[in-house]
Amino acid sequence: MADDNNQGIPAPEGAAGVIQTDYEIGQDNVEIKVGPLGIDIHNPVFLISGLTIVAFVFYTLALPEQSSALFSWLRPALTSNFDWFFIGSADFFVIFCLFLIVSPWRKIRLGGADATPDYTYIGWFAMLFAAGMGIGLMFYGVSEPLSHFASSVGGVTSEGGARTDWAPLGAAAGDNATAARLGMAATIFHWGLHPWAIYAIVALALALFSFNKGLPLTIRSAFYPIFGDAVWGWVGHIIDTLAVFATLFGLATSLGFGATQANAGLNELFGMPVGTTSQVVLITVITAIALISVVRGLDGGVKILSEINMGLAALLLVFVLLVGPTMAILTGFADSLLAYFQYLPALSNPIGREDVNFSQGWTAFYWAWWISWSPFVGMFIARVSRGRTVREFIICVLLIPSLVCVLWMSVFGGTAIQQVIQDGYTAVTDAPLELKLFKMLDALPLASITSFIGIILVIVFFVTSSDSGSLVIDTITAGGKVDAPVPQRVFWCIFEGAVAIVLLLGGGLGALQAMVISTGLPFTVVLLLMCWAIVKGLMSEKA
Amino acid sequence: MFKKIMTPVDLAHIGDLGKGLQCGVDLARHYNASIIYVGVTSSAPSTTAHNPAEYAEKLAKFAAAQSKKYGIKIEAHATISHDPTTDLDDALLKAVEETGADLVVMTSHLPNLTDYYWPSNGGKVAAHAACTVMVVRG
Repeated sequence: MADDNNQGIPAPEGAAGVIQTDYEIGQDNVEIKVGPLGIDIHNPVFLISGLTIVAFVFYTLALPEQSSALFSWLRPALTSNFDWFFIGSADFFVIFCLFLIVSPWRKIRLGGADATPDYTYIGWFAMLFAAGMGIGLMFYGVSEPLSHFASSVGGVTSEGGARTDWAPLGAAAGDNATAARLGMAATIFHWGLHPWAIYAIVALALALFSFNKGLPLTIRSAFYPIFGDAVWGWVGHIIDTLAVFATLFGLATSLGFGATQANAGLNELFGMPVGTTSQVVLITVITAIALISVVRGLDGGVKILSEINMGLAALLLVFVLLVGPTMAILTGFADSLLAYFQYLPALSNPIGREDVNFSQGWTAFYWAWWISWSPFVGMFIARVSRGRTVREFIICVLLIPSLVCVLWMSVFGGTAIQQVIQDGYTAVTDAPLELKLFKMLDALPLASITSFIGIILVIVFFVTSSDSGSLVIDTITAGGKVDAPVPQRVFWCIFEGAVAIVLLLGGGLGALQAMVISTGLPFTVVLLLMCWAIVKGLMSEKA
Repeated sequence: MFKKIMTPVDLAHIGDLGKGLQCGVDLARHYNASIIYVGVTSSAPSTTAHNPAEYAEKLAKFAAAQSKKYGIKIEAHATISHDPTTDLDDALLKAVEETGADLVVMTSHLPNLTDYYWPSNGGKVAAHAACTVMVVRG
């Protein structure tokens, strides 16, 4: 154990390899009193991130045409030129995670050998799932399998030797059964192992360097093995600022689009008028609930909402499973899983792809999107994962969510495909993206109740992303301090809602979302470096 | 009248606790009671400590030093909170039960915690604790 002088850092609970550094958490922080409020923020990350965000909002509002031209050029340019890089890196992340499960480091415990888990499995899983991809499941659970199914049935079309169709791989012209399998496999591919591996890498790196090595809980800490003490300087400021930037704009643009989509859903169900007034009201309501959640804190707010969320989602899933074509869904689940593994090698192939529209427009786009969200989701997962072993961590962050996604997609997408193939139900294919889920539910019994649960889920999923995002941004901008004063998290939560409203009213949601996705490219490099940092970190642990 | 006095301690702001700590010591002498310092830490690294174990050790060391200085029995009790910004009151209330203290002597307005938002942690602890609570204006 530790010696008696102040320099000696004792081990975390049980054996672990604390990094000896002179950096003191909070040493760059400024504590100021603004009126009756006390704040404790990192200098200069808080100010730079805040100002950059305001500057970008002004830019998109002041020069809408220029900015939208720039960003809408930037994103496809990145995904079409660097598709091989995104796809190859994501494959590597999956393999790396699977390797960790069987590696000699699998027994290392986050937080030291004797640490006990901070949360039960259910609470932990609910939180990582609600922050990770919740809302997407609501919107794409029905629409994505249908899209891939339709484009696959459509078959291959080409012009001048280049594929013009959007079907995955070689398509399945006119063959409903094969197209359905291919559609499910392609969807699960985008929501299964790869995204969760991306989150797991960031989360593992942060948890390891924070709980075991004693460095502050902020993105830059994972780069200590690479940059040494320089991470406390500008290198670190830039990494942290980029993370705040991607997180806030990612959340704000999703919130803006989400409000539009929730508005359409509420219009369908209750005749709520569609327009910016309704959408601003929705953003305000979502932000207000998120605000209550962050003020109540991690255990009293975020965790409880995540569990409610999980419960409602499970209820809806079981309901659709029972009243939908139950047997078809259950066999579909097994078959989708099989199809996923069957098509996995071809779908994850990074080079020489003929299905360019699919691999660049869908896969590379998705990877860039997950990666741009990874600082936020990864850091949140890290914060709630103390006390788990590396193997437990990877299994619960990679394999179980992937399986849940397969189940979700099989139930919602599978039901919708069945409706189209067997009943010739076209409302679900004709509906716009935000209404597909509700149209699918329409064809099942008790549609008014399930649609209502659906719309509540959409809103709660937004809240659970918004509140955990505010906590993450607050921690990063407080230099890794998790005990910063409440007004700061209140500020970030409101700021996020305000940016969403401004972009919604002034236009520019699309442009800025394109820009967020563009941050996926630098973050892919960041993630690759993190893998190396994880290996170095684990090697210096005493299992 | 009192056997065990619990005093919440914020290791990052020891300097601001002077009056409360002194008051606890005086009362302990008067009633021939022992003192237990309670510290609440996050599981993530903080300014004070890299991990909960280090925090516990620092708190114990502080308690031992105070004990030696005043010649009375002072123990330490460290507790983890997932989100100390919002859950400090609850952590302290739980500590009252865990330590079996019959008197809490605490300083009001620890800087940089939730005190500005909920004006007093002391107020909530006083309202909900099963034992006597004395809030010392810092």
